[in-house]
Amino acid sequence: MARVELKSVRKSFGAVVAVQGADVVFEEGSFTTLLGPSGCGKTTILRMISGLETPTDGDILIGGKRINDVPIHKRNLGLVFQNYALFPHRTIGENIAFGLKYRDVAKADMARKVTEALDIVRLPGVEDRYPSQLSGGQQQRIALARAIVIEPDVLLLDEPLSALDANLREEMRVELKAIQDRIGVTSIFVTHDQSEALAMSDRIIVMSAGRIEQIGAPDEVYNRPVSEFVANFLGASNLLDAQVISRDREHVVLETAEFGRTPVPLSHAASLGDGPAAKLMIRAEKLTLAPVGQGGATAKVENVDYQGQLARYFLRVGDTPMQAMNMIDGKPFATGETVSLLLNPDACAALPPKTGAS
Amino acid sequence: MPAIPADRRPWILLTPALLFITALVVIPMAFILVYSFYENIDLAVDVPAFQFGNWQDLLSDSYYHTAIWKTLRLSVIVTVLAAVLGYIPAYVIAMTKYRHKWLLLLLLILPFWVSFIIRTLSWIHIFGNQGALNGLLNLLGLGDLEVQLMYTEFTVIVGFIHVFLPYMILNVYVSLEGIDPNLEPAARTLGATPWQAFREVTLPLSLPGLAAGSLLVFVLTGGSYVTPLILGGPSDFLFGNLVYDAVVTELNWPMGATLSFALLLLLGSVVILYSRFMGMDQLAKAFGR
Ligand SMILES: Nc1ncnc2c1ncn2[C@@H]1O[C@H](COP(=O)(O)OP(=O)(O)OP(=O)(O)O)[C@@H](O)[C@H]1O
Ligand SMILES: [Mg+2]
Repeated sequence: MARVELKSVRKSFGAVVAVQGADVVFEEGSFTTLLGPSGCGKTTILRMISGLETPTDGDILIGGKRINDVPIHKRNLGLVFQNYALFPHRTIGENIAFGLKYRDVAKADMARKVTEALDIVRLPGVEDRYPSQLSGGQQQRIALARAIVIEPDVLLLDEPLSALDANLREEMRVELKAIQDRIGVTSIFVTHDQSEALAMSDRIIVMSAGRIEQIGAPDEVYNRPVSEFVANFLGASNLLDAQVISRDREHVVLETAEFGRTPVPLSHAASLGDGPAAKLMIRAEKLTLAPVGQGGATAKVENVDYQGQLARYFLRVGDTPMQAMNMIDGKPFATGETVSLLLNPDACAALPPKTGAS
Repeated sequence: MPAIPADRRPWILLTPALLFITALVVIPMAFILVYSFYENIDLAVDVPAFQFGNWQDLLSDSYYHTAIWKTLRLSVIVTVLAAVLGYIPAYVIAMTKYRHKWLLLLLLILPFWVSFIIRTLSWIHIFGNQGALNGLLNLLGLGDLEVQLMYTEFTVIVGFIHVFLPYMILNVYVSLEGIDPNLEPAARTLGATPWQAFREVTLPLSLPGLAAGSLLVFVLTGGSYVTPLILGGPSDFLFGNLVYDAVVTELNWPMGATLSFALLLLLGSVVILYSRFMGMDQLAKAFGR
């Protein structure tokens, strides 16, 4: 277990800048998710921490020690690859014991540790099988067992759930988090699935095009995004052009063409600059439809996406397309209906106009 | 149209290949077997017969035994050298991040555009008395050493490696190319040094290619006669040269037939034993899906 620190870490591959100036601290025992679209540099960060890539600039510290020049095999990290990377010519038992061979572990202890690791990932008794004889989900758990059996200082997980079907994925997500809680290892988890990130992490690092957009707890990045990019990437949201009308000690009042004046709590406007222009962010699920005449904005339902208990509405307020996600209470509103759109100002956020959405 | 029973379909698909092999290999080899029982009474004069004189000669004359021994020994030497020398370029080609990898593969195939005889003969210009090597030594002022390399076992081995190395490289390359590139990094993060990761992961996973390449080089060397004929001295003959001598020089076709068939049996049993003991089925199990 150890704290991991990146200090102005930059990585470029020729002309491609994969990671630019990352400054992050991964606290001891924490579970941090790197979240971002494909190609934003998540894998590159993991590979630099594990030593498979060397940073172009900057320092990486594990447990307070700079490890830029420490060779891979001396770093004591557990890395779970996106495609599992189990050794096909070795049995499951040999796969898990692989890392133990290079540590001072007695033969007898080795067998015991392998059994324990298989118990932890709930796959007892498969020691003598070959990887090809296990299902994808089982192989993923073996890869995890192989990484944790060496008692690594840091556990690095590169989209380990991406190849699983939805059900197994959800199960494994719970299991993985439970395992991490039990062994308490500092974990860095890579995904581009927002619900995975929100469900599992102590902290989320949202990345875009090699840059870190925001670092924060799940509810923080979800409710108080600092940029349009984060707001759009996590969940469905509406972003409306707005003018800053006034500021006081608790609120910033924004004016939009659609909703008039909306007082946004200051804590939801942290990234807002001094200028007069802003964006008002409203989460789709915080926008409520009501029968016409109940105040708020008047909207026309253009399309309804029925999702069981939920309905997703595609609306138009004047010329502005908006979306809302509501629980279905009785009958959903129908396409073509005119409705009232109500918003709760406390659930809105004020963003600077166009930042970071590169 | 009547349906074809499912279990017969493989045989139908195999028929053209089987007909081909029967017509071009099995029947001619059967003729050769029959011919090995004929009797040679004078140069190029054979009498049809059913006698074991030729086979008895083969089994009793130590000259033939020496040839068998020389052939096996040289084939093993060439195979081992080709495996070691071939693995390295195969590894480099498979692992390189160079964008035009196909160029490197093309280089491997390039030699096949020049006749094998010409490629073999070219060594005379390098190792011969007036050759490039001695010329270079002359230039360096070491001319009086007059290194005599031509027409020795060494040149024969060099000639074989030169001709058969691409087969080894291609076979090893194909199996290295099929290895998941994340496996070596995975071994490294688990604590293996670069060399340990190679030995524990890449090497065993490339064994099928190495085994196939080795078998090919062994069999090709064991059946050769041109290379020793061109590059070897009088004592550097292989079993194949005896066949050549019997048929072309002595015009004793029945003995030539006997020796040919013996060579077939010899190399055939190597192939069978080899695939049995290399544990190919074990590897197949590990890779099986
Ligand atoms: N070895 C490399 N050579 C050149 N460019 C690379 C290399 N590795 C990564 N890149 C580039 O760096 C950028 C970041 O890649 P990275 O693999 O870190 O993305 P990622 O966030 O893990 O994406 P994904 O979600 O698709 O796995 C990409 O633009 C990629 O093309
Ligand atoms: Mg990736």
